[in-house]
Amino acid sequence: MHRFILPFVAFVLLIVVFSFGLFNDPRKLPSPFLGEQAPTFQLPSLTEPGKMVGSADYAGKFALVNVWATWCGGCRQEHPFLLELERTGAIPIYGLNWRDTRPEAMSWIRQLGDPYEFSAFDEDGRVGIDWGVYGAPETFLINADGIVLHKHLGPLTRGAWQSDFVPLIEAGGPTS
Amino acid sequence: MRKVLLCLLLILGSPIAFGIDTDKAFEDQVMQARYETIIDEVRCLKCQNQTIKDSNAFLAADLRREIRRMLTEGKTDAEIYDFLVTRYGEFALYRPRMSGKTLILWLAPGLLLLGGGFVLVNILRRRMAMPIDGEAADKE
Repeated sequence: MHRFILPFVAFVLLIVVFSFGLFNDPRKLPSPFLGEQAPTFQLPSLTEPGKMVGSADYAGKFALVNVWATWCGGCRQEHPFLLELERTGAIPIYGLNWRDTRPEAMSWIRQLGDPYEFSAFDEDGRVGIDWGVYGAPETFLINADGIVLHKHLGPLTRGAWQSDFVPLIEAGGPTS
Repeated sequence: MRKVLLCLLLILGSPIAFGIDTDKAFEDQVMQARYETIIDEVRCLKCQNQTIKDSNAFLAADLRREIRRMLTEGKTDAEIYDFLVTRYGEFALYRPRMSGKTLILWLAPGLLLLGGGFVLVNILRRRMAMPIDGEAADKE
């Protein structure tokens, strides 16, 4: 009987390894900024080209930093939810318009609505690199001390918001 | 003959048209060599099984541009790799550096080999201890 124990244990271990591989999307990379200070940035505003906006604008409060672009399908998908979130006033949303063109991004905002306090216009993607962005949409949750609490990859959904963001915000105190 | 030659020339020349890294080369040969080594070591995060040397994704182009900028600014190779790792994690490097987090990656092949060798030796030992059917029959 005991001669089957070793192969059985090996089999179970293999199943564990395989299921880990099966249920983990290798395209979703953990951010090295989790629990660390979020990078700072300063960029021209998308809607007001002459004005500089940046991380200083949300210093001292909870904020979402949402990386978006008009060429990004997932961004269109999550847009209605961002608008809804903005209406609830749960948290201010700051946009990082990544690797986009101004006319396209402006008409997106005009047509689909603007959930953002502002969108910073990162035309050459340099701030995106500083944030370790590799595929829009990406959403960072930042606390009052400027620490990255969570990074969501792909379109933000109500489910992900409820399960991954809300508990962190509630644990971290009021958002204002 | 002329037409054949022309065709041949076009075919041989076509890879140039599909070149991925279309930026200007460094004038300094040493710099260019360093640049090429680095971009061959860095993973394109958007297309994960390619280096940023092989990829024409815009993120790869952006990263090449940043590496080029840092090289011109006189940064060392280690500083450039640091720049990438702090932003994208060890995964950005095809050869992750030895650290607490990546230790298992480096040790796993050796451990697996040792484990496999151990099992193999055990099996062989047991087999050697077994009587061979023919021999046993001869003795009777």
